Amino acid sequence: MKKLFLLSLLLLTGCAQQTLRGTGDLGVVVERADGRLAIVDNSRRAILGSVEGLGDLSHASAVFARDGRYAYVFGRDGGITKVDLLARRIDRRVIQAGNSIGGAISQDGRIVVAQNYEPGGIKAFDAETLELLADIPSSYGNEGRRSKVVGLADLPGNKFAFALFDAGEIWIADLSDVRQPKLTKFRNIGNQPYDGLVTPDGRYYLAGLFGEDGVALLDLWRPELGVKRILAAYGRGEEKLPVFKMPHLRGWAVAGRRAYLPAVGRHEVLVVDTETWQEVARIPVKGQPVFVIARPDARQIWVNFAFPDNGWVQVIDTLDNKLLETLAPGKAVLHLEFTPKGEQVWISARDDNRVLIYDTQTLKPLAELPAASPSGIFFSSRAARIGF
Amino acid sequence: MRILLLGLTLSFCLSAAAQQPTAARQRELIRLVRQDCGSCHGMTLKGGLGSPLLPENLRDKPADSLVAVVLQGRPGTPMSAWKSILEENEAQWIIAELIKGFPQE
Repeated sequence: MKKLFLLSLLLLTGCAQQTLRGTGDLGVVVERADGRLAIVDNSRRAILGSVEGLGDLSHASAVFARDGRYAYVFGRDGGITKVDLLARRIDRRVIQAGNSIGGAISQDGRIVVAQNYEPGGIKAFDAETLELLADIPSSYGNEGRRSKVVGLADLPGNKFAFALFDAGEIWIADLSDVRQPKLTKFRNIGNQPYDGLVTPDGRYYLAGLFGEDGVALLDLWRPELGVKRILAAYGRGEEKLPVFKMPHLRGWAVAGRRAYLPAVGRHEVLVVDTETWQEVARIPVKGQPVFVIARPDARQIWVNFAFPDNGWVQVIDTLDNKLLETLAPGKAVLHLEFTPKGEQVWISARDDNRVLIYDTQTLKPLAELPAASPSGIFFSSRAARIGF
Repeated sequence: MRILLLGLTLSFCLSAAAQQPTAARQRELIRLVRQDCGSCHGMTLKGGLGSPLLPENLRDKPADSLVAVVLQGRPGTPMSAWKSILEENEAQWIIAELIKGFPQE
C-alpha cells in the first residue's frame, strides 16, 4: 500500500513537472488541408502534438496572446480559433464572417481583430472570451458596397491599419475605446492594394498596389501629411509577367534603414531606403517573390516564390544586397518563420508534406518534421512584435 | 463568308473533340486547382480574393468564355493568364469539372 502511494505520488509529480513549462519557444504549423495545427517546440525541433477541428485553413494565419499561451488562428471560413498551446486543445472558437483572411492583436493584448473579405470589414473581439466588441464594415462609395479588407496591422495606441482592396483606401481604426472606434480614412491611395505592413518601429504603414506600380506609404507619426506614393516609376513601360500568386507583405522585411519588398509580376526584390523612400537597388531572383523576410538580426533576407518557382528559396546578404545562396528545400514552399533570435528558419514544403529546419549561419538543413500539406508556420515570439 | 463559318465550325468541332488530359495529368490538375488556384479562390473554391468557383456560380456562364478567362486572364483583376501553364484541353477539362463540382484530391 505504502509503495503504491509512493508510486502514485511520483507519477503525480511527474505530471506536474511536465505541465510546468514556458511557451516562448512554442509555435504552430498549419496543416491546411486537414483543418489541423501541429504544436511545435523550436528548441527541441519537435512536434509536441496536434489540435484538430479548426475548419477551412486555406490561407490561415495566427497571432499570439501576449502571455504566449494562446494562438488565435484565423481561417478562410471566418473562424477564429483560440488554441491553448500548453493544453494543446481548442479553448474557444467562433465563426465571425463568411470569408476571412487574417487578423491581428492589439498593443495591450486585449483585442483580437479579424480582417474579412465577406462581408467586407474588420471585427474586434475580446481576446479572452472572443465576445464581439466592434464591427466596422468597409463600406465605400455611395452605393453601400463593402470592400475586401487586406493588410491588417496592429499599431501603437491600440490602433489598427488596413487597406480596402476594392476601394483603394487605407483606414486607421483607433480602438483605444473599443466600443466607440474612431476611423481615419485615406482615399485614392492607389489601385487595388493587395497587402500591407507596418515597419518594426510602428511608424510607417505600407500598402503594396496590385492594380498599378508602386507602394502607398503613410507616416503614422504625421498622418496629417497623408498617403504618399513610392516606387511609382518602378517598371514603367515594362510588361508584367502573369502573377500566379499574390505576394505577401506581412512579416518584417525591414533591415536596418532598408526595406525589402517583393516586385509584383517581376523576378525581383526591390530595396528601398526608409529615410528617403527612394529605390536603391533591385535584386534579380529566381521567380516572383511571395514572402521577403528579414532574419531578426537583419543580416539576411530570405525569399520564397510563386508557382511555378515555388521549390526554391533564396538568401540575400544585406551587406551588399547580393545573393548568398539558392536552396531547394522541397516542393511547394509556402512559408518561412525564423526562431526568435534567428539561428534557425523553419520552411514549409507543402507537396513534400514536411517542414524543413535550416541553420541560418551554415545555410544547411538541420532537421525535418512530418506535416500534412503544411502552410503557415507561426512562433509565439510574434506576441511581442508590433504589426501582428 | 461561308468558308469563314465553315472554318469556325471546324475549329469548334476540333476543340470540342480535343483529347482529355491523361489520368496522371488530371491528378496534377486537381492539385493545381485545389492548391494554387485555391490561394485566391479558396481550397474549397468558395472564393477569396478571387470569385467563387462552385457549380452554382459557374453553371449559367458559357463554358467557352470561362475557358478563355483561365487561359487569357481577366484584365483589371488579379486573375492572370494561365496559358503558359495549361493547354487548351486542360483548361476545358478544368472548367467542365468545376461546373460539375470539382473533384477532391
